[in-house]
Amino acid sequence: MADMILDAKGLNCPLPILRAKKALKELPSGGTLEVQATDPGAVKDFEAFCRTTGNELVEHHMDGNTYVFLIRHTG
Amino acid sequence: MLDETNAKSMSIIVTKGTLDWAYPPFILATTAAAMGLDVTMFFTFYGLHLLKKDLNLKVSTLGNPGMEMPMGGMHMAMPNIMAALPGASALTTNMMKNLIKKKGVASIQELRDLAIEADVNMIACQMTMDLFEIKREDMIDGPSVGGAASWVEVATKSDINLYI
Repeated sequence: MADMILDAKGLNCPLPILRAKKALKELPSGGTLEVQATDPGAVKDFEAFCRTTGNELVEHHMDGNTYVFLIRHTG
Repeated sequence: MLDETNAKSMSIIVTKGTLDWAYPPFILATTAAAMGLDVTMFFTFYGLHLLKKDLNLKVSTLGNPGMEMPMGGMHMAMPNIMAALPGASALTTNMMKNLIKKKGVASIQELRDLAIEADVNMIACQMTMDLFEIKREDMIDGPSVGGAASWVEVATKSDINLYI
């Protein structure tokens, strides 16, 4: 279970990334954030976001029509 | 923290002031800022309108045959002769604003607020202000006012420089 859950369903690029960044700021180092998104572009974008910012993309999967990302705040 | 000091930087020259062309600079600026880059936006010519307190952005299909609106599962383009008629631009703008809402795309106002919140450095072009008689008080508070040299200085130190 993630420390924080961000519902970004229905939002389009770049809002899921921007909201995730904001949420990560509120998390202590090592904390985990679950992002739920419906934007198919989010998959590639969250991978790129995590690689660039040094946060860890622990895993991502699909839950019905929703993309679920688990990010650890390691930045 | 790593995500605060990526040490990379990006500058964007923003030259266009229509609803459609307002998107690329603000999307890239906010995203780059979220990814830890220092971002500078230089607003010049029609791009300067994007700094106005009162954003009243429009879009026209006139002279833009590439602009097709999704409609009932199809795509519709407007012939130039119709796009030139009075009210055509207002109609197109309304259609686009409805699409933006429906598809969960941020408004320009929202992206601009997010850019300011993310400390994106904004520079308003002094020459454009003089040329089009745009007063400092017509624009939002944040941006500084400068000229080409201000951008060149930033650009020489930036990893990415874009002209939009």
